[in-house]
Amino acid sequence: MPTFTLDQQTIEYNPGDTIMEAASRAGIYIPHLCYHPEFTPHGSCRVCVVSVNGRYVSSCTTPASENLDVTNISEAVQQHRKQLLEMLFVEGNHVCPACEKSGACTLQSVAEFCGMLSPTFSFQYPNRPVDASHPDYMLDYNRCINCELCVRASRDVDGKSIFGLSGRGHEAHLVVNSEDGLLGSSNFDKNDRAASICPVGVILPKHQGFNKPIGKRLFDETPINEQMVEPQR
Amino acid sequence: MNNTPGKIRIATTSLAGCFGCHMSILDIDEKIIDLVELVEFDRTPLTDIKEIGECDIGIIEGAVANSENVEVLQEFRKHCKTVVAIGACALNGGIPAMRNHYSLEECLKESYVDGMGLDKPLIPSDPELPMILNEVHPVQDVVKVDYVLPGCPPTADMIWDALTALIEGREPSFSLDEVRYD
Repeated sequence: MPTFTLDQQTIEYNPGDTIMEAASRAGIYIPHLCYHPEFTPHGSCRVCVVSVNGRYVSSCTTPASENLDVTNISEAVQQHRKQLLEMLFVEGNHVCPACEKSGACTLQSVAEFCGMLSPTFSFQYPNRPVDASHPDYMLDYNRCINCELCVRASRDVDGKSIFGLSGRGHEAHLVVNSEDGLLGSSNFDKNDRAASICPVGVILPKHQGFNKPIGKRLFDETPINEQMVEPQR
Repeated sequence: MNNTPGKIRIATTSLAGCFGCHMSILDIDEKIIDLVELVEFDRTPLTDIKEIGECDIGIIEGAVANSENVEVLQEFRKHCKTVVAIGACALNGGIPAMRNHYSLEECLKESYVDGMGLDKPLIPSDPELPMILNEVHPVQDVVKVDYVLPGCPPTADMIWDALTALIEGREPSFSLDEVRYD
């Protein structure tokens, strides 16, 4: 089997693997947000950045190849990740103490893993109303990080294309494919794959808020880097 | 209270906060006996001293929501060699900053005019009252912050680790499981 090096470890890979796929199989955690093993890599959050032969690339979209020298955990790489995470935190409204997803949130857990204590950039406090029109689910756009996991799940698994991103650059935001833009007017269903894919607290089931006490939530006992497989959400 | 030579002087305050972070400071339990051997408290809700003196460490809980918060915070920065912001409100505005999605007028009307069970609806305007800011700000928007402790509240262990490091002249550092935002 061909191999490459990651943090001084020899990693085997199958031809066609990305660095992320080969590392995951070897039980090595590379922090990530928009990558999910079930879906085509998106390469947009850049949190899975690694240094390859001195260049920074996203590990979820870079093919593994012979003789790569990959750095995953180093102060410089973690610093890049921290800055990306800080920007995500200040661009939305991520009020962890008031969020149902806290303790089971990938953004929160990844940021804690990468050593972010608090964002150092200015908070933007955008105004993003909540969509509570659907009987079973709500959308809290305040926490959206534009990872497009729901877009991919709804399009590629559910075959519904309920979600999409609209606008460009800083204006990019999640939209619902229905006449009035409300989830309740779409054919979204609680059994959709898109209903359980959100890594943050945007797509949330109703009638069960805070049902898991602190200490029993997804990442409370086992931090994200030790949950090698993508957690069930 | 006179300055005792050789003792680290600490001031603390709660701006727009719930005093949960101060409760967490008290949660160091019997270690507070060790702490008072090393430090002396200046202005803090624990001593009820109103004016801040020259201090080594200033601990700030809470966000900046009114003109009094701004004044207190600037006083702390002026008189404390090291400023430590603790808790979600101080760091990112926290729960108080959730009002930033509404205009100040909407907030005041909701509380004092249209709110339930009001006997005589009236927006308070006594000149003694601090002016409320249009937006709630994290501490870092107003003064330079030297160290931050996340959490809602930060655990007593985290506060203890940070304080003992600062008292001993070390850089505070935290393990992975100590860092959390809620």
